[in-house]
Amino acid sequence: MKTTAYRLSSGGAVDRSRPLSFQFDGAAYQGFAGDTLASALLANGVRLFGRSFKYHRPRGVMALGSAEPNALVELRAGAQREPNIQATMAELYDGLVARSQNRFPSLRYDLMAANQLAARFFVAGFYYKTFMWPSAFWEPVYEKLIRRAAGLGRAADAGDPDRYDHMHAHPDVLVVGGGPSGLAAARAASRVGARTMLVDENPNLGGALRFERTAIDGAPGDMWTDQITSEIADCGNGEILRRTTALGRYDHNVVLALERVSDHLPTPEKGRPRQRLWIIRPKQIVVASGAEERPIAFADNDKPGVMLSSAVRGFVNRYAVAPGRRVAIVTVNDDGYLTARDLKAAGVDVTLIADARGRTSVVSAELEAAGAPVLRNALPEQALGGIEVSGLRLQNAAGDRLADHPCDVIAVAGGYNPRIQLLSQSGAAPVWREDLLSFVPPETDDATQVAGACRGVYDLKACIEDGVAAGAEAARRAGFTDAADAPRPEPRPVAAAKLFEAPKPIGRSRGKAFVDFQNDVTADDVRLAVREGYEAVEHLKRYTTLGMATDQGKLSSVNGLAVLAEARGKPIAEVGTTRFRPPYAPAAIGAFAGYERGETFQPVRRTAMHRSHEQACATFVEAGQWLRPRYYARAGEDMTAAIRREAAAVRNTLGVCDVSTLGKIDVYGPDAMEFLNRLYINNWAKLPVGKARYGVMLREDGHIFDDGTTSRLSDDHCFLTCTTANAARVLAHMEYAAEVLFPDYDVTFCSATEQWCGVAIAGPNSRNALGKLFDGFDVSDAALPFMGVAETELFGVKARVFRISFSGELAYEINVPWGAGEMLWRRLMEAGAEFDITPYGTEALSVLRIEKGHIAGPEIDGRTTAADVGLGRMMAKKDFIGKTLAARPGLTAADRPALVGVRPVSAEDRLRGGAHFVKDPDRFEQESLGWVSSVADSPNVGSWIGLGFLKGGAARLGERIYAAYPLKAEMTEVEICAPCFVDPEGERLRG
Amino acid sequence: MHQIPCPWCGVRDETEFQYQGDATVRRPAAEASEEAYANYVYFRENPKGVHIEYWRHTGGCRRLLVVERDTVSHDIKAVRFAHIPGGGEDA
Repeated sequence: MKTTAYRLSSGGAVDRSRPLSFQFDGAAYQGFAGDTLASALLANGVRLFGRSFKYHRPRGVMALGSAEPNALVELRAGAQREPNIQATMAELYDGLVARSQNRFPSLRYDLMAANQLAARFFVAGFYYKTFMWPSAFWEPVYEKLIRRAAGLGRAADAGDPDRYDHMHAHPDVLVVGGGPSGLAAARAASRVGARTMLVDENPNLGGALRFERTAIDGAPGDMWTDQITSEIADCGNGEILRRTTALGRYDHNVVLALERVSDHLPTPEKGRPRQRLWIIRPKQIVVASGAEERPIAFADNDKPGVMLSSAVRGFVNRYAVAPGRRVAIVTVNDDGYLTARDLKAAGVDVTLIADARGRTSVVSAELEAAGAPVLRNALPEQALGGIEVSGLRLQNAAGDRLADHPCDVIAVAGGYNPRIQLLSQSGAAPVWREDLLSFVPPETDDATQVAGACRGVYDLKACIEDGVAAGAEAARRAGFTDAADAPRPEPRPVAAAKLFEAPKPIGRSRGKAFVDFQNDVTADDVRLAVREGYEAVEHLKRYTTLGMATDQGKLSSVNGLAVLAEARGKPIAEVGTTRFRPPYAPAAIGAFAGYERGETFQPVRRTAMHRSHEQACATFVEAGQWLRPRYYARAGEDMTAAIRREAAAVRNTLGVCDVSTLGKIDVYGPDAMEFLNRLYINNWAKLPVGKARYGVMLREDGHIFDDGTTSRLSDDHCFLTCTTANAARVLAHMEYAAEVLFPDYDVTFCSATEQWCGVAIAGPNSRNALGKLFDGFDVSDAALPFMGVAETELFGVKARVFRISFSGELAYEINVPWGAGEMLWRRLMEAGAEFDITPYGTEALSVLRIEKGHIAGPEIDGRTTAADVGLGRMMAKKDFIGKTLAARPGLTAADRPALVGVRPVSAEDRLRGGAHFVKDPDRFEQESLGWVSSVADSPNVGSWIGLGFLKGGAARLGERIYAAYPLKAEMTEVEICAPCFVDPEGERLRG
Repeated sequence: MHQIPCPWCGVRDETEFQYQGDATVRRPAAEASEEAYANYVYFRENPKGVHIEYWRHTGGCRRLLVVERDTVSHDIKAVRFAHIPGGGEDA
């Protein structure tokens, strides 16, 4: 195949025998195995990658790896489309499809770039200043405009089809970064026996070595890397994770790392996740995350073609790609000369080295002697050109303009910033070192070592020594005392000019000098913010959004602080830094969700009779984690008809309902009843064996917590139920009471929710059905009176029968061990067949309890008291949780809304839960007298009915007021009645 | 991302535990005043430094633990059972 325009004919680590096809914005290109999307596009002469966030300015590649602020693309198509992927991190694969972002209608002709013309209005704080008035315009107008104009890529339209894995690891030593220091540290730790894990975000180890021509001990860097890597892998206790970014470091030395398992493949291999989130709890951490080259702020320094010097060098050395044909280098140190040297060796034309320094250095003198075109005391003023760079305008330190220099690449060497993000995240403030012209990590804690360029040690030999010493120290602290103690090399002062922003001569028309490329923040924006009073670094960050883009300010933060310090006339060390926040690099939400989504979001709990419900065509509803039958629609029935039929069947003949999900707790011990006396408002001391009683629990603040029945099975054994939703909370509440509040009681208890399943059978024929179900069990009223409890057997398994009723009908609850649930349901359906036994779901259950005025979740909403729901007289004269505060004035006030029944005056009107009681039918805005809590379309009453809370409560029976429901603009005339609509005397349940 | 050394189960992830509040408050006697109860229910110290609190090992032994935690460094200084007077670290 033909070598593309900018691909060098030799060198690099790409595999020229493996060409790969890919698409960018619909056009087909070819690259090689080993390319990134960025290197492959550059090899094809593509330099315009996207448009910027705010001004829609053309942008190209600036960096090599995860610091890239500009070259963000949408990768893949359809449900797997992912926005804001750095082209420098996207490994090329055959068939890769990418699109540029934030452009309309096309990348080269972007209409939104007109934003630039209005740029003087788009300054820092622009949104705050402009879109303030009128406030009604926010949602319909401003927000839509802003969202179209700003923002980056588009998220996928469909659910993510890929899997994301979670893994936990507990190594002795975790090494973050697989460059020379990290590799040396991992080898030093693993060779003395420490279980060592090394994570590196790139597909290949070696860190900066991958991009350099440097030799170690006479061998190429890659060979050294391979040698060390195999030593770590072969020692038996080393693990290396490639393509794995340490995202964050948290309390207790926890590190989250994201492994991009399959992102370099067209689709994940069968059985493999796309990504894997590692939760790593090492004993010791070695942070060897290296350093990032920083740009310099000068006019139009964002034009495609302006790149970091190290990136230009890296593209040439690693990918054999020349980013341009005429490269001008702008440098404050010797790094620019290294780029010039490597480019020359690769045959790429370096036309100028503009050195901000006046003095010579060893390296610069060497190159100059070899004929390099060096210009000293030369600073950048502006990048020239249309969409892409075509020249460099220079000035001297005094601000005098020098001759323009034609070029198509400007390589910028602005010095190095240690990658201190992980160390800053845990709260320690970095320290400014004037001799290094960078922030370095602060003194670290007992569990952390920092090694190499991350602490300002830039010399390769010193980096390796530092890594060896740090790795050994970490291993020793992790308990491997054989590790040798070695001296740590100190950082050497850098021979660099202090230049963060090029001088801006007064009166010369100039372009924008960017500090934060991804969020379009300029040096002028920083100064404007200072003038407007946002001079504290935390304020500056939020006002200008400096450092708040997805790149988290990797390239921008130091330059931003330097401009801020200059504007405030203070040293950088005094203006401080903002704390870096996790994640270090953008991560997909899916990675954090892992398997906790869709069907596996949480466990699904099914009752023992679930299959029978399915066979009876139940529609299920989620109640907590449980699936409960909501209603059982017969052919041709809709939900309303099914609910009405089920609710009527209970009143007229016989219904059956699965109540297995109720919380059930077995309580044992000589002090069991006394313990319950503390938990409930009722007095339990006199509850006889063989009887059940309804009870109410309060929170200590006096409000109702839960309700249910308690049955006494023997002197020292009782069995209580609580609501489905509160089962876990009630158990925890009881445990707290037993262990902390009343530790002297001899009582023990445990959850029995999943040991016993239960059904309720209700209706005039329930006793008849019960008689047919059990053999030789006396079901007469005398033997099993209302609230009676009996233990018996059903076909050889234990059974408990409780004569309790939630529906107000003659009713029983039958419990059998969980495994016998299906059998119980089947036998019951047989026994009840002649009475037309009708399964009913939660909806009919709710209709029936509202008809009887029995409270449930909507009435026990955490704000109501026992008195509010009409149970005030249950409160016994003894100590119980909540007693004292239930008696406080606020909870006993006469005008508190109290439980009432409500029905529409006109029988065809419907009621709605959540409606408010009001006096005046003509307006919605008025005083609320209370609210409707539960409603039902009652077949037994023949209209809608409801329960609610009304000020004055019981004193207002018979009054006509209104139920206001502004959401649907409904105003319904209602009559207040007693909260019981069926059989107020309770004759049915005692029959 | 805490880890709590449960005296019964060993060192476990905080996700296995449920925070159950300040362990320094004591429920007043039954006959105590409304004010005493209001203090007990509503008022809490917010110390910078060591805080003594209840954690229940819901994902393990379900035991209630008294945990001394530094609210600044999040270090766990000590853990003992709530139900055994004196702690029972040797249990």
